[in-house]
Amino acid sequence: MTARSSNSAFIEVRKLSKHFGDFVAVDAVSLEIERGELFSILGGSGCGKTTLLRMLAGFETPTSGQIFLDGVDITNQPPYERPVNMMFQSYAVFPHMTVEQNVAYGLKKERLPKEETASRVREMLSLVKLDDFGARKPNQLSGGQRQRVALARALVKKPKVLLLDEPLAALDKKLREHTQFELMNIQDELGITFVVVTHDQEEAMILSNRIAVMEKGQFEQIGTPKEVYEFPRNRFVADFIGTINTFDGVVQNSADGIVTVASDECGQSLRALCDKPPRNGSDVCIAVRPEKIFISQHKPDNQEDACLKGVVEDLGYFGNLSLYRVRLATGKVVQVSSQNRRRSIERSFDWDDNVYISWRPRSALVLEP
Amino acid sequence: MSRQTGHSDTTWQRIAIALPYLWLLIFFLAPFAIILKISFADPVIAMPPFTPTFGDDGTLQITLDNYAFLFTDKLYAVTYLKSVLMAASATALCLLLGFPIAYGIARAEPETRNILLLLIVLPFWISFLLRVYAWMGLLNNYGVINNLLMWTGITDQPLAMMYTDFAIYIGLVYSYLPFMILPLYATLERMDLDLVEAAQDLGATSTVAFWNITWPLSRPGVIAGCLLVFIPATGEYVIPYLLGGPESLLIGRVLFDEFFTNRDWPLASAVAIVLIFLVVIPIVILQRNQAKATENAA
Repeated sequence: MTARSSNSAFIEVRKLSKHFGDFVAVDAVSLEIERGELFSILGGSGCGKTTLLRMLAGFETPTSGQIFLDGVDITNQPPYERPVNMMFQSYAVFPHMTVEQNVAYGLKKERLPKEETASRVREMLSLVKLDDFGARKPNQLSGGQRQRVALARALVKKPKVLLLDEPLAALDKKLREHTQFELMNIQDELGITFVVVTHDQEEAMILSNRIAVMEKGQFEQIGTPKEVYEFPRNRFVADFIGTINTFDGVVQNSADGIVTVASDECGQSLRALCDKPPRNGSDVCIAVRPEKIFISQHKPDNQEDACLKGVVEDLGYFGNLSLYRVRLATGKVVQVSSQNRRRSIERSFDWDDNVYISWRPRSALVLEP
Repeated sequence: MSRQTGHSDTTWQRIAIALPYLWLLIFFLAPFAIILKISFADPVIAMPPFTPTFGDDGTLQITLDNYAFLFTDKLYAVTYLKSVLMAASATALCLLLGFPIAYGIARAEPETRNILLLLIVLPFWISFLLRVYAWMGLLNNYGVINNLLMWTGITDQPLAMMYTDFAIYIGLVYSYLPFMILPLYATLERMDLDLVEAAQDLGATSTVAFWNITWPLSRPGVIAGCLLVFIPATGEYVIPYLLGGPESLLIGRVLFDEFFTNRDWPLASAVAIVLIFLVVIPIVILQRNQAKATENAA
């Protein structure tokens, strides 16, 4: 009766769409997630990531397309029958139940024997380090503790997949960092597949094995954090994840995998490494991340490097690194970040200093404009 | 400068706190004390029609005869019981009807929500008395409903609806339904919908999720709505008087008759005092439960 997927992927999303009236929230996306993976769906608000997650949980019925979990078509299964559990952004901890009752709720619905329920609840509470909080009511807990109740409540059912909606959004910075690693450890320990939805690129980068960058209901790129950061497929992804400097230009020539691009924006030609060089004369854009750029007082002697002259327009000191905004003669402003390797009270560069900025050709990317 | 503003601030705060107390003192506690005092007097044919609390020689003249009479004459016990039962049934009916309505409004789109709420409150624009009169026109033997039933041939004789308990229930439920819906709406609208989805996610069907999550969390609204319906319905006078039959004697009617027909103010006052306690006791019990629940939660 249940259709089986021909594919070996643990979760397979096949041409899944969701329309709300005329609005297309999710537009025929396909996705494969491996067993035990920590997968993130990253995008801005309104990109469709939450709708996609809600379809995985069973709260929204897809307009078209299918979802397979472990080879079984779950597209039309109601949420209470899916071997999938969700940790809500609001945590949705039941306020009228104690911590223990909250965690036991899902097992009670499975009509598990009392002793087994109690032992599994105890086990789970100790996993999330809430052993002594079983009798408390949610309003006696901190935000971080409530989140751990929500996590325990979802995990105690031993789901095949755990869905996490913005798991770190409501936590303060220190707690976020702690929770990030805790989530990763728990995932590692239990081997459950995690699907995280987030708008926070940092969160996605640290947590995930792979990231899907979503925009206007579609995936712009799916890849490891490194792939997405270092080899963004297009300008949107490059821009969305981290900061990037872009220079529009025209391809002059390409040889030996090196493309030379004439760019009016920086007043000279730039060279970049590229496997599949575009045709000569086509419009492209050269992109370089701020940390790949060197800043120096004197012109570096390496002839291979791209080197531009500019003036420090603005600088910011972040302790571990310094950020510079360098204005070129053409008026273009380039962001450069540099590690503060030496301990010094003096500033290496000051406002209005004349500087040279340079980068290796293989640090630069060739993107469609 | 700042000290002065601080000073006047506290003065204003005190005035603001004192006002409701003053209000309650003048319009609730003082009349209550007067009624209580009268209930301990004997009736006389005079102005006012009851004996003074202190005699000419300054001695206290109080009697428990009125209360004793209330407990010896079966009529009163039966009437109290009937009034309370009727009010309780009407409250239950209001809850049964009001909950789905409040739920529907709370889950409607925000724009439609305000219109729906307005529709609930709209009948208050028309006088209460007029609305009850309108029901007389609908329910009597040659009223709109009976005419319609006979015209369609469903019945060939008019159904006797007017001057029955049925008509009283119609009147009570119709009049007090908004008082049930509004507090229910307030709690349901505040409820986090994620909680219901979380329950479903954890294996509960929609029905189970309703009884496990929505119902217990709407308890404050249910209690508030029930009290707002039950208390005035118990002592209701107009609806049973206009819609009910002569045999449906309720306590509001008895109270009115003792005061104005028999001019036995002391007995009427005793009836009123007992009624107050009948209504207050369930409130105190409920409130204690509620306080305990909040204590447990805190």
